[in-house]
Amino acid sequence: MATGTSALRRMEEQALLVTVALGLFVNGGADLQQYAIRRAVSPLQDCAPRPAHPVQSRRRCLTNLPRELTQEEDALFLTTCPAPALLDIDGVGRKYYLELVLEDVLDKDSTVNCTAEVLYHLGNNNIAPDVQVTLEGELKNTDEADNIFYHRIKSLEKELVAENIPDSYGNVPPEMEPIRLLAWVASGYVIWQNSTENTKFQLAQIKHVKQVKRSDEYLEFDYMILLHEMVSQEIIPWQMTVLWHPQHGVKVTQDNRQPKHASE
Amino acid sequence: DQVFHIVPETFQQVQHLQHLCSTLLLDLWKPQLPEDIWAGEDVHTRVPASLVKEVKDSLDHHMISYKVLIPDVQELVDQSMPKERNSHRQVPEGYVYTQYHPMEEIYQWMTQIQKSNSELVTQHYLGKTVENRTMYYLQISQPSDKTKKIVWMDCGIHAREWISPAFCQWFVKEILQNYKSDPTISRFLQNLDLYVLPVLNIDGYIYSWEKDRLWRKNRSPHMNGTCYGTDLNRNFNSSWGSIGVSYNCSSEIFCGSGPESEPETRAVAQFIESRKSDILCYLTIHSYGQYILTPYGSTTKPPSNSEELMHVAEKAAAALMGKYGTSYKVGSTSLILYNNSGSSRDWAHMIGIPLSYTFELRDKGTHGFLLPSYQIQPTCEETM
Repeated sequence: MATGTSALRRMEEQALLVTVALGLFVNGGADLQQYAIRRAVSPLQDCAPRPAHPVQSRRRCLTNLPRELTQEEDALFLTTCPAPALLDIDGVGRKYYLELVLEDVLDKDSTVNCTAEVLYHLGNNNIAPDVQVTLEGELKNTDEADNIFYHRIKSLEKELVAENIPDSYGNVPPEMEPIRLLAWVASGYVIWQNSTENTKFQLAQIKHVKQVKRSDEYLEFDYMILLHEMVSQEIIPWQMTVLWHPQHGVKVTQDNRQPKHASE
Repeated sequence: DQVFHIVPETFQQVQHLQHLCSTLLLDLWKPQLPEDIWAGEDVHTRVPASLVKEVKDSLDHHMISYKVLIPDVQELVDQSMPKERNSHRQVPEGYVYTQYHPMEEIYQWMTQIQKSNSELVTQHYLGKTVENRTMYYLQISQPSDKTKKIVWMDCGIHAREWISPAFCQWFVKEILQNYKSDPTISRFLQNLDLYVLPVLNIDGYIYSWEKDRLWRKNRSPHMNGTCYGTDLNRNFNSSWGSIGVSYNCSSEIFCGSGPESEPETRAVAQFIESRKSDILCYLTIHSYGQYILTPYGSTTKPPSNSEELMHVAEKAAAALMGKYGTSYKVGSTSLILYNNSGSSRDWAHMIGIPLSYTFELRDKGTHGFLLPSYQIQPTCEETM
């Protein structure tokens, strides 16, 4: 059902969360950073013509329409889709090539380039897409802030409990900001595991978070989050258990999709 | 502005600090008064941005150790907005446009706006909602002997998109405050009438305040009251029910039992249909995503005037970006977002309104529907 270009567009934006989350996991994921996509720059790659079909124009290949684009569509395509490339691999799936500029949400001038390849497997929607990320440069070091947060939580007398982050008015108390960033990164993992070409997830809200005391050095949080899925417009409650340590990074040890009214 | 944490060690340092506080009139947070500064005790003081360097130099010169406790006071203030709910008298001069307002206050606001601007503004009945609430729109019209073309704008078709009604209110305020002094607005009103529907989905909006912040649809009951709500933006008679919808009430994109099955949809559709030959532009405001969307959602076949549509939208996006650098993507829903049918924007174009757009306001997902109120002003300013 995936229609080429709108899936492409969505994918571009979704890839952000997936790739950044992955980057954070893969690159030793310690930093509670939040990067937003500033722009996606398209590589000039032709998609390969499919066997048994005449050579297709690149644009037709990218829109996946079974016919040539009309002149009007062609003109429209130029303005709306400065083509990231995709490639249909027979018997395997569809691969997207992306070039992204990541922008630190807390410091708009701090950017990192990155490239990514995302492969959606043919037919099987139960397998997470393969993602490969290459960061050209380094993410900002946040050791100091990470350690301050770590020690603050470690020294709490009672386990942290909070709900509705942000609240209905979009507010987040400053001391809850790291809790929100942690949920953001962890939800990136959940989103990655559940993404298809027809989904676009965002973290909408933390409904509830509870710290779980541990005897080892890790911090553990039990989150109930709400994910917003753009295509169906659904709000999906999701439970996730998140481990974090300033040097060892983020781990999602458990995650469970909840029935619709579970969060109420 | 910054807040410094200073610990004077000696009596001379205490004296110097007291001198600094009094001569520069620094805002002492701790202790309350300069005379209560003691050696070895913490001092916290707020230093205005313009004096930061001077204070730092002076402290360095006297070898007084200090630390910057808060590097940006304004940022903290913005983040920790205290009570959102204030009871303001509902006069437009006292109305706080940078906060979200519940429906009762919006009703009062509409009445007040008409009262204080009666030469320009009239409030009109549009129809009733499922739960029997009255829908009103505001007509902003400069008296003139020529008939003018109409620009229609509706907000709040989806309950959880709070920034949308906030924008409609802001828009009306801006027009009314500046139509005499701003030449663009003044010329605009000489040639065009503005019709603004601040909240289309009133029942849903109230529900999002009282019961479920992330509710989207209206509140029509289905299946014997076991399931509620039709997606009003899938309920219009534009390729209704064909793609990008669900026929299941439990879905967020349930298109209803038939085209225009919902009273809210009918109220808007009947009005626009009756005035369509005069309506030049149909705007519907949503969030989030930062898009200016053109028809259609149900097909990739471009509309007949797609060049003009795109050209105007591109200019709008460029002007928007010029304000705060916010980037909006422009294009048809089916090409850049997803497929849908039954949208109000598609319907408006199909019945002949040439310029028909959906605006998806800030942001791109960082806050999503829960856009913090400190972003109301910049979002509205750039969208103006």
